[in-house]
Amino acid sequence: MIEGILIGLKTALTFQNIFMVMIGCFFGTIIGMLPGLGPMTAIALMIPITYGFDPATGLILMAGVYYGAVFGGSTSSILLNAPGVPGTVATSFDGYPMAQQGKAGKALAIAAWSSFAGGTLATIYLLFLAPSLSKVSLSFRSPDYFALMILGLTAIAAFSSKGQFIKAMMMVVLGLMLASVGQDSLSDITRFTFNNMNLTDGISFVLVVMATFAMSEALTIILKRNDPSAVAKQVSLTELGSIKINKEERTQMLKAIPRNSVIGFLIGVLPGAGATIASFLAYGMERNFVSDEEKAKFGKGSVHGLTAPETANNAACSGAFVPLLTLGIPGSGTTAVMLGALLGFGIQPGPRLYITNPEIFWSVIMSMYIGMVILLILNLPLIPYIARILAVPKNYLIPLILFFSITGIYVMSFNNFDIYLMIGIAVIATFMRLYDFPMPPLILAFVLGGLMEENLRRSLLISDGSWDFLWSRPLTASIIAVTISIVSWQVYKTLKNRKV
Amino acid sequence: MNKIKKIFSVLFSAILLFSATATNSIAIEKIHFVIGGGAGGGWDGTARGTGEALTKSGMLKSASFENMSGGGGGKALAFMINTQPKNTVLVQSTPLVLRSITRHKGYVSGSGVLSYKDVTPIAGVIGDYGAIAVAKNSPYMNFKDVVDAYKKDPKSIKMAGGSVRGSMDHLIGALAFQAAGANPNDVVYIPYDAGGKALAGLLSGETQIISTGLGELMGARDQVRIIGITAPSRVADAPDAPTLKEQGYDVQFVNWRGFFGPPNMSNKDKKALSKMLGKVMKTPEWEAVRKRNAWVNIYNSDKDFVKFLEKQTVEMTALMKKLGVI
Repeated sequence: MIEGILIGLKTALTFQNIFMVMIGCFFGTIIGMLPGLGPMTAIALMIPITYGFDPATGLILMAGVYYGAVFGGSTSSILLNAPGVPGTVATSFDGYPMAQQGKAGKALAIAAWSSFAGGTLATIYLLFLAPSLSKVSLSFRSPDYFALMILGLTAIAAFSSKGQFIKAMMMVVLGLMLASVGQDSLSDITRFTFNNMNLTDGISFVLVVMATFAMSEALTIILKRNDPSAVAKQVSLTELGSIKINKEERTQMLKAIPRNSVIGFLIGVLPGAGATIASFLAYGMERNFVSDEEKAKFGKGSVHGLTAPETANNAACSGAFVPLLTLGIPGSGTTAVMLGALLGFGIQPGPRLYITNPEIFWSVIMSMYIGMVILLILNLPLIPYIARILAVPKNYLIPLILFFSITGIYVMSFNNFDIYLMIGIAVIATFMRLYDFPMPPLILAFVLGGLMEENLRRSLLISDGSWDFLWSRPLTASIIAVTISIVSWQVYKTLKNRKV
Repeated sequence: MNKIKKIFSVLFSAILLFSATATNSIAIEKIHFVIGGGAGGGWDGTARGTGEALTKSGMLKSASFENMSGGGGGKALAFMINTQPKNTVLVQSTPLVLRSITRHKGYVSGSGVLSYKDVTPIAGVIGDYGAIAVAKNSPYMNFKDVVDAYKKDPKSIKMAGGSVRGSMDHLIGALAFQAAGANPNDVVYIPYDAGGKALAGLLSGETQIISTGLGELMGARDQVRIIGITAPSRVADAPDAPTLKEQGYDVQFVNWRGFFGPPNMSNKDKKALSKMLGKVMKTPEWEAVRKRNAWVNIYNSDKDFVKFLEKQTVEMTALMKKLGVI
């Protein structure tokens, strides 16, 4: 392995490759910040350019764009509540409230450090464990994914405190309903499409996020412009706060980062999950680790709530390279595009990649360390300037958010219908916000619901209609046991508090 | 001064002459490619790759591309039929045949079912054969082993695929089982939402076989054993993958990708385009694109293309009826 690391370093530290990491990280950050445009499109369009390079350089560049985008995506989540990439949706749950409290600089710094730590730790795991991790990738079957999605749904508890329970549950149901629109994932029957072919592919996740987060937030600000508390907020926002992280926050981050880097990395290794699921799961699980006092802060600017998903999504990005490089299995659209590029280079991924092309395997891992440092250097000094976005007067900022949301969704699909659909959902979401319906449960249910249904029905097909898959394998049974204990613990606590 | 003028006029006439001969070989100067899916997909790659080879080899002055996703390609198809754009081609593949057999009604004025007959088939350029594979550690060594196990206990074989029931992945496996004398409708098909996930399902052991495109399996050749492909003979990129035909199962299937013009395209334009596509496929520029994407050249033009489509429609209709998906 030491030999491999040396080969990797030798390849990764050439001038050309360091330059490529920089280019990749830079463009990734920008693509990540812009809502809508994701790393998949960027990498797909990049393939013809990378063809002239040698394979290691090409892959280093593409990987840089990939994790750079997830790194940069947190910025727009925190500042504008407009997640740049799906993996950073959970970042906005606590990052945006923090920015609203005049701590934008601090939130960005926490996100940057968490991303850095998550990415770096995950790369260390990748370095030492990659060969054995391919077994983890393949140990998860459909019932396990189903159980995992249920576990993820327990994160809804974070948004259902203080009499919000019914409203949060209503949003969950709405999210599940939206997820069922389009062609059913197992048979070819279309559901709730009203014979409109624009709906046969379902509603895109990014569209729902942009409508319910970015656009409805902007519309709510317009509707509430005469609200005195909003004016006060505007004043506090012009002071962006220091980007220094104090001692208490640092201890909180140090607690949250290690466990979430592990969760994120493991979820990233699974071909059926990915960075988005990882960030949601980490967010939900983190809430179970912290004190009651901290629990109450979740969704209102908690350091734990921001650190967890930011660590996990970057760790998941590194984890996604395990099935890609050691098995040739892409877990997401982005990694599928990278696999195509690898095959185009004539590289055969798989367990023998270490032997046949050690320089590719190790140099990509080594370039990730360099990339993480570059991203940190790129992002930290820029924070005071980027955070100034919030100081832009609202009457300029809001049209800009609306503009970027609409163009963002259009460049994703080039379909006008998506624009109308997004505006429609945004208007409905705005009214719901005015009546204090929380949006995160809707998003959570939307993303987990589709996967949950698909994996449940697939499990039933495989077991010929029997439900014993829920307990017949230890892995499924233990995930379900964890879920049940989390839920019953919370029910127990609620009941106990009520008595007092 | 006069000398310079002379040189200029000679140069000029040379350029004129050259460009005249050049334009002679270009019947169509620019092509607009309509793509029924987003950037990065299979259709997108085919259109952009073909456009790149055509322009780089100098056979075409300019190529432009438009992604028009919606309805699994239905929106782009309706656009071609309803607006009949000039100098525009649509990239399509086997799902065009499947959609004409199944359910896609009413997207164009009137309620007719859309098929390849509503647009002008120009040429099929590349293709991907279907493949059936098992995990490397599987006890099944060839397709016969799978069929034997299936005949003993139909429930012991679960077949994974990267798309919904009734999709191409499903049909490939069903064709093979049908050729082996089994009722294709009894084979339990387990759909996944992407080829990679179906592959992960196979390797995790929850399914026993996978039925998908050969291209989908190329990345994972170290983990799977391909036990049958739907090609007429073995392919150069995967010489160790046996055909189903050589094992005594007469199954042939190709997922073609090709180009279509608007319904009012003239015969002359159609011929010129199909000739141009045939010619570009012999250039080194095309070869570069082909190699990069691991495509298999399967050129099928004009009348042969239509005949091929007709045959595929008949075969698929019969199979899909048997499967009960239509």
